[in-house]
Amino acid sequence: MADIPDELLYSEEHEWVAGENAAGAEVSVGITEYAAAALGDIVYVEAPPVGEEVTAGEVCGELESTKAVSELYAPVTGVVTAVNDDVIDTPETLNSQAYGDSWIIKIKVKTPNKALLSAEQYSAITD
Amino acid sequence: MRTRVGTPHASPLASRHEALGATMTDFAGWSMPVRYTSDIAEHRAVRTAAGLFDVSHMGEIWLRGTGAAAALDGALVSRISAIDVGRAKYTMICESDGGVIDDLIVYRTADEEFLVVANAGNASVVSAELVARCAGDDCAIDDASARTSLIALQGPDALAIVESMTGDTGLGELAYYAAKETTVDGSVAALVGRTGYTGEDGFEFFVAADDAGRVWDAALAAGGDGLSPCGLGARDTLRLEAGMPLYGHELGRERTPFAAGLGRVVHLGTEAKPRGDFVGREALAHAAAEAAAWEALPEAAPIDARVLVGLAGESKRAARAGYRVLDGFGAEVGEVTSGAPSPTLGHPVAMAYVHPRFADVGTNVVVDVRGRGERMRVVALPFYQRPPSHGPRA
Repeated sequence: MADIPDELLYSEEHEWVAGENAAGAEVSVGITEYAAAALGDIVYVEAPPVGEEVTAGEVCGELESTKAVSELYAPVTGVVTAVNDDVIDTPETLNSQAYGDSWIIKIKVKTPNKALLSAEQYSAITD
Repeated sequence: MRTRVGTPHASPLASRHEALGATMTDFAGWSMPVRYTSDIAEHRAVRTAAGLFDVSHMGEIWLRGTGAAAALDGALVSRISAIDVGRAKYTMICESDGGVIDDLIVYRTADEEFLVVANAGNASVVSAELVARCAGDDCAIDDASARTSLIALQGPDALAIVESMTGDTGLGELAYYAAKETTVDGSVAALVGRTGYTGEDGFEFFVAADDAGRVWDAALAAGGDGLSPCGLGARDTLRLEAGMPLYGHELGRERTPFAAGLGRVVHLGTEAKPRGDFVGREALAHAAAEAAAWEALPEAAPIDARVLVGLAGESKRAARAGYRVLDGFGAEVGEVTSGAPSPTLGHPVAMAYVHPRFADVGTNVVVDVRGRGERMRVVALPFYQRPPSHGPRA
């Protein structure tokens, strides 16, 4: 069973969000352990650059494994404030540890996303 | 037992895959392991040590009888009667229009006995075609796919492990693409071929499905930490690096062996080595002449002419099956059939059908990778060739 930490919020596209889902707050965004396992060994991550405006539910980057390609969706609307160079340089980190330090981008929230899921709701769609 | 339409076949090794924590996938109507731990770790294990594969989904069809050799000569594109007993040959079965029904390995196990190994998705079609083309009083066809398992050990350390499993120290003398009877774990009868689909030295064990568990366990016991169970994910990147075609990607009914760069398997006959008629002969003779003309004068090839090439990518973004190949002006000149980031080489590789004008090694093309062009260069196939220290080659 893939780990789904209680304290995080989730998108239906398998991103996790750490931080306050509120205007003006900065949140960290990554992909869930479930998503990383489904992709297999991740060898490439493309993230939006710092300063880019992203829109909840829209594609803002991509993840590539030996087997497949998956898109990264923005879970909230806002502006990218940081990109995790450690993850960009060593994408395989996402397979060993999907949460915590393995955030991919940080976003300063402009519009909170009320449709984000709780851990319980997210675990229901990964069953 | 309850079955329903669409339920995939289970391998006789299914409980072992489950115990090893494999992620399973449906492939050609079978539920098979896609990976146990990591695609890349499994891929590297085969390149540097040894990997163990369950490929029980493959089809095994026996032809026996005084007329079997002659019948296969008429059914397949190669001269099967020329195969020595104990040897194997990579070949194809084609339609009368030259399209590929399947690519095959044929083992000659006795003077009047042949084993035809077909892809899982094509096994029943190949079996039916062989019945239609070969069956008679002097040639009996026995589709043993359902009661036969195939277990492959691949990698530079495979020889030491199979010698330990079998106690047969003569296996080192077995030539590449040769096969012999052996015994695994003291009493399990197996046909072992020095064949595989990874680009490494390796062995494939054909055993009764009921014995598959014992062979699998014997391999893991003999290999210990030096043998990694490997799934279809690693198998696909290994065969891609080795430039080996996969039916449904590089091969299909709409392609001839010549378009796929595999015209060498077609024996049309020469004055010195004449050959009788076989299914697809006329169309394949035409395809051979056409391929030669395209190569000699690529500019004159029709706009929809296509030949198979290897592509190496410059960026991190890999070309995948179905992506369009473009020239420098954005005009479509081909299509990718397989592609992935190469674990061994560290950059994306792909196979693609392109117009003959773009087939020369060193030619630059652009692949439309999800709406953004990525520069790729035509390179020679295979992308990876094992060093001589990794065992014998063809």
